[in-house]
Amino acid sequence: MKTPIYLDNHATTPMDPRVLEAMIPYFTDRFGNAASRNHEFGWVAEQAVDKARKQVADLIGATAKEIVFTSGATESDNLAIKGVAEMYAERGNHIITAATEHKAILDTCKKLEKHGYRVTYLPVMADGLIDLDMLKESITDKTILVSIMYANNEIGVVQPIREIGKICRERGVLFHTDAVQAVGKIPVNVDADNIDMLSISAHKMYGPKGVGALYVRRKNPRVQLTAQMDGGGHERGMRSGTLNVPGIVGLGEAAAISQREMAEETVRLRYLRDKLKDKIEAGLDEVFINGSWEHRLPHSLNMSFLYVEGESLLMGINDIAVSSGSACTSATLEPSYVLKALGLGDDLAHSSIRFGIGRFNTEEQIDYVADRLVEVVKKLRELSPLYEMAKEGIDLSKVEWVHD
Amino acid sequence: MAYSDKVLDHYNNPRNVGSMDKSSPDVGTGMVGAPECGDVMKLQIKVNEDNVIEDARFKTFGCGSAIASSSLATEWLKGRTIDEALAIKNTDIVNELSLPPVKIHCSVLAEDAIRAAISDYRNKQAKKVSTEQQTVA
Repeated sequence: MKTPIYLDNHATTPMDPRVLEAMIPYFTDRFGNAASRNHEFGWVAEQAVDKARKQVADLIGATAKEIVFTSGATESDNLAIKGVAEMYAERGNHIITAATEHKAILDTCKKLEKHGYRVTYLPVMADGLIDLDMLKESITDKTILVSIMYANNEIGVVQPIREIGKICRERGVLFHTDAVQAVGKIPVNVDADNIDMLSISAHKMYGPKGVGALYVRRKNPRVQLTAQMDGGGHERGMRSGTLNVPGIVGLGEAAAISQREMAEETVRLRYLRDKLKDKIEAGLDEVFINGSWEHRLPHSLNMSFLYVEGESLLMGINDIAVSSGSACTSATLEPSYVLKALGLGDDLAHSSIRFGIGRFNTEEQIDYVADRLVEVVKKLRELSPLYEMAKEGIDLSKVEWVHD
Repeated sequence: MAYSDKVLDHYNNPRNVGSMDKSSPDVGTGMVGAPECGDVMKLQIKVNEDNVIEDARFKTFGCGSAIASSSLATEWLKGRTIDEALAIKNTDIVNELSLPPVKIHCSVLAEDAIRAAISDYRNKQAKKVSTEQQTVA
C-alpha cells in the first residue's frame, strides 16, 4: 500500500480526474473571456460558465441566476456578511453567528464589530449543536442576518439548518450558511432548508482550489448585497473580476459528479468511517468522540485519545495525513476553539484527531490507519505519566500541577 | 513542522522510559507541567552514596520535542553528580536537539523537571538526616 495516506479531506480534497479533464480545454483552446460578447471565444467561455452555473444550482436546488462565482468560500462568506451588513445597514446592525464557525465568518464579524455592528456569538451545546431557543431569543428588531454553518469543519456536526432557516424566515431575518463541508456530501436544498445565502468551495468537493460560489436568493425574499469587489460589474454586479473559467468549469463538473454519486458514495464513506471508529474503540480504552454522533457528516470522525498529546500522536502516525486540535499543531499555541466551545477541557482538546474520509480512500487504508493508531496510542500511553496516574486511580482533575 | 533527526530518534526510541519507587529515600521525583498546557513531564533520579545519579527514568505527556527533551535529559543525568546535573541548562537541550523557537518551552520544562527531581531528593535526604539526628539524641 502506498503511503502517506490522505485522511484530511475536510482541509481539502484531491481533484477528481474527471474534473481535471473537463477543465483542461479551458486553459488552452477555449481560453476566451466569458465577458467578451462579440466573438466566438467569449461565447464558448460564457456557455461553459452557464453550464457550470446550472450544475452548481442543481446540486443545491437553486436556479442558475442565483449563483455568484467567487474565488472560494472565504470570499463568499465575506461577500455575504459584509454585503448584507452594508446593504441593510439602515434596517439594523445586529448579526447572529455561532462560536464554532470558521474563521472566515468569525473574523469577518469581528471586523464589522469595529465598524459599529453588534454580533452575537451563540454558544453550542456539548454535542456541538446550537440551541434553537437561544437563537430565537437572540433575534431582535435590529437583527439583519443569521450566519450558521451547515456542517462543522473540525467535528463534522451538522446543524439543524432547516429549523434555523424557518426561524429566520418567520422573523424576517436573512439566513446565510457556510455549507463548504456539506455541499456535495449530503443533500442540501436551499428552498426546503429556507436558506437565503450559501457559501460553496470547489476544492472541498474534489474540484480545484481558488474557486467557489455564493448562492444569493432572488425570490421570497430577494436578497441584495453591496459588492465588496468593484470593477466591471460581473456576476450581476455582485462580484467584479474576469471569471475564472477553467476553475468554474471544474466547480460545475465537481458538483455534477457529487450529485450523481452522492447516494452511493455516502453509503461507502459511512461504512469506512464506522469501521475506523469501531476498530479504534475495540483496540483502545478511554477514547471519546467529539460532537454529536447522530447529527454528523457521513465521512467525519473526531476523536480524543485520553492521556496522549495530539502532536506526538501525529508524529507517530506520520505516514497518515490527519489534523489535530492540539495547540502544538497550530500557530497560536491555543488548542482548538471549536472543541473548547463544546466544553472540552484543554487536555481533551490537546488529545484530539480529526479524520476526514474521502472519495479516494480504500478499505485497506482504513484498516491500516486503525491498526497504526491503536499501536501508536498504546506506545504513547506507556510513555504518559497521566495514563500511569489514571491507572493508579488518581483523579487528574484534582492534582495541583506545577507550572508557570 | 519538520523535526530534527535527533528529536525523531528520541521519539522513536525513547531512552530510560519508566518509573521508580517514588517513596524510596534514594529516589528523587520531579513532575512539572500541566495537562491543559499540553505538557507533563515526570523525571526520576536514583542517587547513590557518592552523590552520583545511578539511574534516571522519565514519562512524558507532550509533543515530540517534549518527549525528546526529557529522554535526552535522562541520558545526560546518568553518571553525573548532583552538582553536575544542576549545571544542565535548557539551552544545552535546545542546541543538542536543534529545537525551533516554538519548542524552547519543552527544554525549559526538562530543566525544571531535573531541578524538581533533585530538590525532591534533597528534601528526602534532609528529612533522613534530621530523623537520624533525632534518633542519636
